[in-house]
Amino acid sequence: MAGLKTAFGAAYFMPALGAFPFDAWRAFCSDPPLSMLAFVLRRLVQAVLVMLTVAFIAFMLFQYVGDPVTNILGQDATPQQRLQLRSDLGLDQPFPVQFARFVGNAVRGEFGLSLRQGRKVSSLIAERLPATLELSLLAAVIALVFGVPMGVYAALKRGTFFSQTLMTLSLIGVSLPTFLIGILLILIFAVTLKWLPSFGRGEVLALGPWTTGLASVDGWKHLILPAVTLAVFQLTLIMRLVRAEMLEVLRADYIKFARARGLPNRSVYFGHALKNTLVPVITITGLQLGSLIAFAIITETVFQWPGMGLLFIQAVTFADIPVMAAYLCLIALIFVVINLVVDLLYFAVDPRLRVERTAGAH
Amino acid sequence: MKRIFSAALVASTLALAAASVQAVTLRVSNQGDVQSMDPHSLNESLQLSFTGNVYESLIERDKKMGLAPALATKWTQTSPTVWRFDLRPGVKFHDGTPFTADDVVFTFKRAAGDGSDMKGYTNPIKEVRKVGDLAIEIETTAPYPILPDTLTTLAMMSKKWCEDNKAEKPVDRRKGIENTASFKANGTGPFRLKERQPSVRTVLVKNFSWWGGKTESNLDEIVFTPIGNDSTRVAALLSGETDVMEPVPLQDVERIKSAGSFTVLQGPELRTIFLGMDQKRDELLFSSVKGKNPFKDVRVRRAFFQAIDEETIKSRVMRGAALPTAEMVGAAVRGFQPDMNKRLPYDVEAAKKLLAEAGYPNGFEVTMNCPNDRYVNDSAICQAVAANLARIGVKINLQAETKVSYFPKILRRDTSFYLLGWTPSTVDAHDVLASIMATPNDKGQGTFNLGAYSNPKLDELTLKIQSETDQKKRNDMIREAFKIHQDDVGHIPLHQQALAWAHSDKVSLVQLPNNYMYFKWITLKSK
Repeated sequence: MAGLKTAFGAAYFMPALGAFPFDAWRAFCSDPPLSMLAFVLRRLVQAVLVMLTVAFIAFMLFQYVGDPVTNILGQDATPQQRLQLRSDLGLDQPFPVQFARFVGNAVRGEFGLSLRQGRKVSSLIAERLPATLELSLLAAVIALVFGVPMGVYAALKRGTFFSQTLMTLSLIGVSLPTFLIGILLILIFAVTLKWLPSFGRGEVLALGPWTTGLASVDGWKHLILPAVTLAVFQLTLIMRLVRAEMLEVLRADYIKFARARGLPNRSVYFGHALKNTLVPVITITGLQLGSLIAFAIITETVFQWPGMGLLFIQAVTFADIPVMAAYLCLIALIFVVINLVVDLLYFAVDPRLRVERTAGAH
Repeated sequence: MKRIFSAALVASTLALAAASVQAVTLRVSNQGDVQSMDPHSLNESLQLSFTGNVYESLIERDKKMGLAPALATKWTQTSPTVWRFDLRPGVKFHDGTPFTADDVVFTFKRAAGDGSDMKGYTNPIKEVRKVGDLAIEIETTAPYPILPDTLTTLAMMSKKWCEDNKAEKPVDRRKGIENTASFKANGTGPFRLKERQPSVRTVLVKNFSWWGGKTESNLDEIVFTPIGNDSTRVAALLSGETDVMEPVPLQDVERIKSAGSFTVLQGPELRTIFLGMDQKRDELLFSSVKGKNPFKDVRVRRAFFQAIDEETIKSRVMRGAALPTAEMVGAAVRGFQPDMNKRLPYDVEAAKKLLAEAGYPNGFEVTMNCPNDRYVNDSAICQAVAANLARIGVKINLQAETKVSYFPKILRRDTSFYLLGWTPSTVDAHDVLASIMATPNDKGQGTFNLGAYSNPKLDELTLKIQSETDQKKRNDMIREAFKIHQDDVGHIPLHQQALAWAHSDKVSLVQLPNNYMYFKWITLKSK
């Protein structure tokens, strides 16, 4: 466990970890286990509270973000036109009334019309969701496929030149801001080498309401740079985590016994050591998927990737309240759901919790 | 026989293939996306510029911003308030329906109705009458000599198509009604809308049955992509993924020029950047001076003007991409007075003296409001102004913020000293006189005169200018009004910011000072 905590210690300053379910973690580590049902119920109530709070904070903030009326009407409107629009949009009603109406609609997935585009927010988001999910999932895959082996390598060959280089590079990966990585990649691969496109999604294939860029070479080409950009941070995080965990596990007695029995290195490292490091890695990856979706904003802005993050940024610059509200609530929902699933997984994954519960210890 | 047939087949296939290979596609990127395809839904340059390729108005602007016949071939003023327009015969909308007087009457009704953002242009109009299949009359409530200018921004739509598609009204955000015309289009212009994916791409293709016949453009297709990030937009141009882009970030101008095979096109925009001062309240809202308002004293306003080193703002802050001005309108605007475009000299000593005469030998403190994402380098301009004013003892508390919170604040007039930019949408001086210089009243006058500068003589002239039809007399009155405003230092004009477009050398195009990009004037050479 210590290894994992060290990895976290180093990672605390990273904004992406803001979403880590510390409560559940603490419960997992020390609290007396509750009955499954009570635990689920408690988490559900908390989830609802979290969602309401997010909705409230978001809604309250929007009161001060700016005035959509000026944006809609433009510079030539008269004061009467402004007042009229204000009352038509319901902006003149008291705060609690506006909020109650907002929550009621939000529960039904209804956020009204985008002030900027004049289209339904729900359909705007549905249109943008595939682009963001595709990008985030590919980034997660890249992070795992490269991060895990690199972490293993850095742990096994500790102290060699190459693994030191990897560790140094990973520090750069953690500390370089995403937009800088994106722009550097564009400069190298789009402007100088002209291998890959610098913006957009390229050719997409529509499968009903879903659109995918994975069906064509052009789509893949467009996906590479943004996905790599988004993956760099996660990749370095996973690599450092795997390395720390591996170092921890390699000191354990059962590894020594395995070696003593003369098992080949490959089997020791990958069959026994790596397997035992993967539980926290999977947990973190799951949680980080939420962050990938939520923090794709910057990558999407740099690459003009038509996902939800870009939609959100455009909404912010226009004070498009319905879109901003919908986006924040959706992201909160994603996090709440993922956290809930992870909490439940602890019961499924860790045998100790189950044993203690049936034995009624404490 | 069979062989001949197959040979013909091969030949025709080849011809087809050759045709599709030669299709000339122009790829354009812009900072933002067009909000909607509906030409009446938003009175904004990009929106009107882009839809102006698909839709046309009765009268259009030529390459020198002059008036040129478009869907109207001829217009005459039959009485001070009545104008007759002869419509162009043989014009068809993209769906094949012919363009007639009914469409014009319908369009004016639509543009004046609910949900339209073009009411500012239709307000002076009393009635639009059909006087024949291809002739209409427009009656204005009062004599309105600049009617032809306002008509250049009013795109004609098809009555039948709008009715068939439930698009009789521009999108109505209040009632939450979506509108077919916001994502489809049916105009008369040289290009048709082929594909519309909001904030991803919008594709136009050539309209082969355009009334203008062959255009000077060789474009078959235009792909328009918004790219919000400045660096990416520049990169996409340099890597050859786009052919034209705007706006060019000032810091990248040199880089694009030095990359070879690219051109940066910079011209003065119609927009004038200026400073305004609260001259109405008896005590400023945000100042160290209590019990009186220093801006009511013309000497203070003059001192501010003379303390600002506009030439340095031009060379440092704007990197040369600005045209310092002494007038509230740019050179392309009707009513601009070339000989009056002389700024008060930059003179710190004189400014100090004026301030001392006005009773502020040690200066004073005042808050300045400034947007930081609306105009080119806006907040940097304000910082430069603050530094200038510090030299005459005036301490500026600078509040720079996003336009989203800035505009509501200054529109409530919660400001003592602010920066604003203004483009006269009619390209006529009257617009600036009525919106910025005239005393605010409840009839829509002085809406953006946020410091409430007021001079009754100027108000009187503004009303006369609106209805004076004799161009010579009208110009003299504009001249007089501008003189009054300059003597009063009603506002402090700074400069016209430069438009900056960049394009690959394969492209030749025309840049208009109102920042419109007409694809019919663009040609793309193959390498």
